[in-house]
Amino acid sequence: MSGYFELLGLPPALTLDAAELQRLFYERSRQWHPDRFARKPEEERQRALDLSSRLNDAYRTLRDPVQRAQYVLAQEGLDAGPQRSADVPPELLEEVFELNMALEELRGGDISVRPQLEAARASFLGMLAAAEARLPELFAAWDAARRRETLAEIRGVLDRRKYIQNLVNEVEKELSAAA
Amino acid sequence: MGNFQIDFGKRDRVVGIDLGTTNSLVAFMDLTGPKVIPDPSGSNLVPSVVAVSPDGAIVAGPEARRMLITHPERTVYSVKRLMGRGLADVGEELKLFPFRIAEGSESVIQLLLGDRKLTPPEVSAHVLRHLKRNAEEFLGEPVTKAVITVPAYFNDAQRQATKDAGRIAGLDVLRLVNEPTAASLAYGLDKRKDGIVAVYDFGGGTFDISILKLHEGIFEVLATNGDTHLGGDDIDNLLLRIALEDIASEWELNAPLDPEGVQRLRRAVIEAKESLSFFPSARIELEYQGHAYRREIDRALLEKLIAPIIDRTLGPCRQCLRDSGLTPEQIDEVVMVGGSTRIPMVRSAVEALFRSHPHTDLNPDEVVALGAAVQAAILSGEVEDKLLLDVTPLSLGIETMGGVVSKLIHRNSTIPASATESFTTAVDGQRNVLIHVLQGERELARDCRSLARFDLKDIDPVPAGMARIEVRFLIDANGILSVTAVDKRTGKETGVEVKPSYGLTDEQVEKMILESFEKAGEDFAARQVLEARVEADNILRATDKAKQNDAWLALSDAERAAIDRAINELLVVYHAEDHRLILQKIESLNAATQKLAETMMNAAVGTALKGTHI
Repeated sequence: MSGYFELLGLPPALTLDAAELQRLFYERSRQWHPDRFARKPEEERQRALDLSSRLNDAYRTLRDPVQRAQYVLAQEGLDAGPQRSADVPPELLEEVFELNMALEELRGGDISVRPQLEAARASFLGMLAAAEARLPELFAAWDAARRRETLAEIRGVLDRRKYIQNLVNEVEKELSAAA
Repeated sequence: MGNFQIDFGKRDRVVGIDLGTTNSLVAFMDLTGPKVIPDPSGSNLVPSVVAVSPDGAIVAGPEARRMLITHPERTVYSVKRLMGRGLADVGEELKLFPFRIAEGSESVIQLLLGDRKLTPPEVSAHVLRHLKRNAEEFLGEPVTKAVITVPAYFNDAQRQATKDAGRIAGLDVLRLVNEPTAASLAYGLDKRKDGIVAVYDFGGGTFDISILKLHEGIFEVLATNGDTHLGGDDIDNLLLRIALEDIASEWELNAPLDPEGVQRLRRAVIEAKESLSFFPSARIELEYQGHAYRREIDRALLEKLIAPIIDRTLGPCRQCLRDSGLTPEQIDEVVMVGGSTRIPMVRSAVEALFRSHPHTDLNPDEVVALGAAVQAAILSGEVEDKLLLDVTPLSLGIETMGGVVSKLIHRNSTIPASATESFTTAVDGQRNVLIHVLQGERELARDCRSLARFDLKDIDPVPAGMARIEVRFLIDANGILSVTAVDKRTGKETGVEVKPSYGLTDEQVEKMILESFEKAGEDFAARQVLEARVEADNILRATDKAKQNDAWLALSDAERAAIDRAINELLVVYHAEDHRLILQKIESLNAATQKLAETMMNAAVGTALKGTHI
């Protein structure tokens, strides 16, 4: 089974030109899409179905920076498992503790904590953006030197990002439930 | 030139079919573009109505629509709403639709029509067969291959049911295409520019919204959303309920209005609704069994009534925008599809949401069928510069511990799409693993739509947790799921038994196909007889009326006797099961009444001319 980069005819790099990716995807879709094989024998139709489904999976994964990084991590044997993003990053311990208190109060019907929760959400969204902003630089570093430390660092950013995203989701869920 | 034509002729003809809730159409592509194929009477729309006539013959289309009034208990309409659904799904609906349901309709609904039991795919197959015949007569060649359109938001079972309908009708369904996407293909024919297009498709029974990116002939769907139970039918039912309440109090009936009365009223309500799209007020009128009902309704009242229905289309539109990561300002054009988009309030709601004036230049009833014909031409190789990249409307997942759904393929993924998941055994020597596959966006299995249970069989017996079965879920270009499994320890493909939660099994479909072959000859003959009788009714009625005319008295005794003789001869053969005999006697009556008709015509012209002189 060939890899996603290979399917799209790209060198396996984390830094990607989105326009070029789309061009290659369209070009291959024109060749491989099942519509092009409707009059062909069953065997060829199956092959087109298989190939185009993997092409679509590849495009969907590679066009999103986070999914792309996760894919490369997995290929390199560094899976970002779910248990990893469940651990609280040490520097967030205090904030998460306070957040949980506030959420508890909101669930108990105390709506006075709303502004505090909204502020927390804004702060987490800021952290999310900051975490994502580090990715291009790390991507370039990996592409240039292929050092495993870079990958480990990328995994750290992804875990942190995932953790914060979960917090944001939780806050939003409770806020809309209390609304 | 000659070579080109020979090559063109060699290709298998593929037609495009819009199998609608209210009406269906068939279209094809000729050298100048897609065209809708009219039925023998010249109409492009074939009512999606099927009836079992008292003599047991099944009829579809315009004839069935006439029977909706005369034999409502033997007639079914809007069956698209029942496709791929079980009894529990349609309980609410059945309160408003006068259908009788047979026992054992949990996973496939069985409709009782006269003494026949028909499933929704079989009913749809009769509509498809009618379209197929129209196309064959028009094109003068057999038609066996088709592209059929479905609402973008149709789930796996609803798609499968549509495909089954095609097979039962003797059609090789090369592709199911989403209706809004098909519409964009038809629309894109004359507008070759690139950009972002939103297609708002509000039909008789379903609502879809799709947002597409057009780029050099590629039609890439970015996101889709909708409601498969929202359409013009709902507006009809609102008005119908009001009219029924009025009638109950005005006419002082002891029992509810009978089915025939309800169907007549439904027709009157639909006419009023339709004319309110063009006039500020309309009248709902019904004269029935010596009673008369008349009610004026103005556009303001209609709009007040339907505002909640229109509102229900806007939520999916906003979600679709969010999913495609776009703001209303980034939408270059909005295209309107489906008969319900003729309603001015629908147009203004869409305009307000997308902040751009919606396009209505193509006939909203025909644009989907035209697009299906374009897709048919893509599949047959006649059109090479266009390609549709569609998406799956609903997330696909499997049930895990505690009834939680683990999503494998997310909604709005470009299809074909796939996902691979590994499974293991929980008990030593376990030979089977059962996988429950669901569709939907909710967290819990009980809130999602059960799609099927897949039984992975004949797993190599090993200690618990040692087995490794790799399962590949594949959604094809029709939006239909298939599952394959490999035992990674042995490298052998594992048997997968599919137990669909809704819909027909393969064996049931095969049986229906066989039955339809046996019945085809019978049905055809019955249809011809029925058509001949309709024609006989018409001429008998016209002759009857002519006898009241002065022209009748102007005929000689012999001429009058000849006409009476012809009438009697026609009445004698009327109930025979031989359409040729009936047609022959119609011909004789026609000949006998020729002079009468001419005399009447001259008199009419004379009167008209006199009128102009005065």
